[in-house]
Amino acid sequence: MTKSQVLKWLEATAAVIEKNRQYLTDLDSPIGDADHGINMDRGFKKVTSKLPGVGDKDIGTILKTAGMALVTSVGGAGGPLYGTFLMDAGKAVAGKDELSDDDLVALLDAGLKGVIRIGKTNLEDKTMVDALHPALEALKEAVADGKNTVEALHLMTDAAHEGMKATIPMLARKGRASYVGERSIGHQDPGATSSYLLLKTLTETVEAEGQTPFGTSA
Amino acid sequence: MKKLINKPDDVVREELEGLALAYPDIVKVHFEPNFVYRADAPVEGQVAIVSGGGSGHEPMHGGLVGVGMLSAACPGQVFTSPTPDQMLEATKMVNGGAGVLHIVKNYTGDVMNFEMAADMAREEGIRVLSILIDDDVAVKDSLYTAGRRGVGTTVLAEKLCGAAAEKGYSLEEVAGLCRKVNINGRSMGMALTSCTVPMAGHPTFDLPEDEMEIGIGIHGEPGRTRMKLQTADEITEMLALGIIEDPAYKRTVREWDEGQSEWVEVELVDPPFKKGDKVLAFVNSMGGTPAIELAIVYRKLHEICEKKGLKIVRNLIGPIITSLEMQGCSITLLKMDDELIELWDDPVKTIGLRWGM
Repeated sequence: MTKSQVLKWLEATAAVIEKNRQYLTDLDSPIGDADHGINMDRGFKKVTSKLPGVGDKDIGTILKTAGMALVTSVGGAGGPLYGTFLMDAGKAVAGKDELSDDDLVALLDAGLKGVIRIGKTNLEDKTMVDALHPALEALKEAVADGKNTVEALHLMTDAAHEGMKATIPMLARKGRASYVGERSIGHQDPGATSSYLLLKTLTETVEAEGQTPFGTSA
Repeated sequence: MKKLINKPDDVVREELEGLALAYPDIVKVHFEPNFVYRADAPVEGQVAIVSGGGSGHEPMHGGLVGVGMLSAACPGQVFTSPTPDQMLEATKMVNGGAGVLHIVKNYTGDVMNFEMAADMAREEGIRVLSILIDDDVAVKDSLYTAGRRGVGTTVLAEKLCGAAAEKGYSLEEVAGLCRKVNINGRSMGMALTSCTVPMAGHPTFDLPEDEMEIGIGIHGEPGRTRMKLQTADEITEMLALGIIEDPAYKRTVREWDEGQSEWVEVELVDPPFKKGDKVLAFVNSMGGTPAIELAIVYRKLHEICEKKGLKIVRNLIGPIITSLEMQGCSITLLKMDDELIELWDDPVKTIGLRWGM
């Protein structure tokens, strides 16, 4: 994955989040506080505004800058969680201008560990970890099996999609959704959904080789 | 949606602009990052107290900034926690060299953003301690939820800690006082109607004309039960007994340990109320319930406390921790002792609370 693809991925994610702003907010209504899409949209708009300033920097710096932009603009739990995801992912690939498949694994692994550290999250708490964890496992396995980058990323995205769908029957144990208790069952987690969109957009960006993948939706 | 606003995006900024123009002798407002701070900050040699949270609960927290209460407050978007850069800049602005206490309501977003801010402030050489407020008895379970939410006791803790800071308490002493107030305070709220977040444009939840939600959170989070509307006396009894009969509540919270230089888990237990306790009774409007109805609630609460052997030694009645225009109320009872009574009576001068000066 090249630096230009990383920049395009972040820009494309901003477009995808904007397009799914209402959808993410609607998912957040029955079990949260109906602001996930609004907050993520505000955050990724800030990310987009910061990208021109770091276009000539390494991938680690780009991701850390994007993460800090999220931390200082999203608020709620989403800001620290997604901000830490990108900042820790950035630290794992500091100084690099191009990412090998192993670097992609390291990036996702560091980002996920950051989310778990900040959120003190376990699997099946009905959070973004339920999409990110299986995605990382699938990516690791695909890279170990010698799949090419696009194939490996597709397997990662498929696993994230499955993980996202698997949150529907779960009982929420973290965040505001936990207050709904039993009533959280039957609703797809908005955080797992935005995590899936982030990874799906990454895959599409690498696959498109320069085309920006608008039109993504869950 | 019918609201006295211009554009939903501008609500928080325009509110802050209004406060700055209306109360220049009490507060100043910093924009980008947004925070409200004491007009005379920093106060040299005095512990500073910073709080914050989503907007929509006015006068909390911006209206509770001033002499004898908060040094600064960081408002987020409506019902969304503020971001760490706000708390960091506010902390730097009000630090008078004696350290800064962060009073944080227990919501996942608030906790995460305040923790990041405290870590950043310490990296810049400022002493920061953090105390969580988690007093909402409507949440019974802390094992499978994010724990009890921070509600009415927050206001009382901010007043009492502010008075303690004015008296010259050290940072550890103010933090200890805040922890004591938190474990001795309990709250429960209810809603007659929903509220509408300006950015959302429609009510947060549906509540039929003849129903109410008991145990509601201040962002419209569901409570214990939804039931048919009852009388003020019956509702007051449900809330009051929910608080008075709440058993010891045990949970772990994260606090910064200065000795170990890391966040540690601290186990806290709220002692139940017992006959003979002196209490402060706080009857709060969720925003849409008028003063006439709060007095009716207070009347019944007073009767119940007497029957249960609790002596109300101080009270606070009014819309202080609101949920936009939601109709409903919350009750908070805080066990008082001589130290807390003296601190409560000390002068305070904020937009929302003012006496003695």
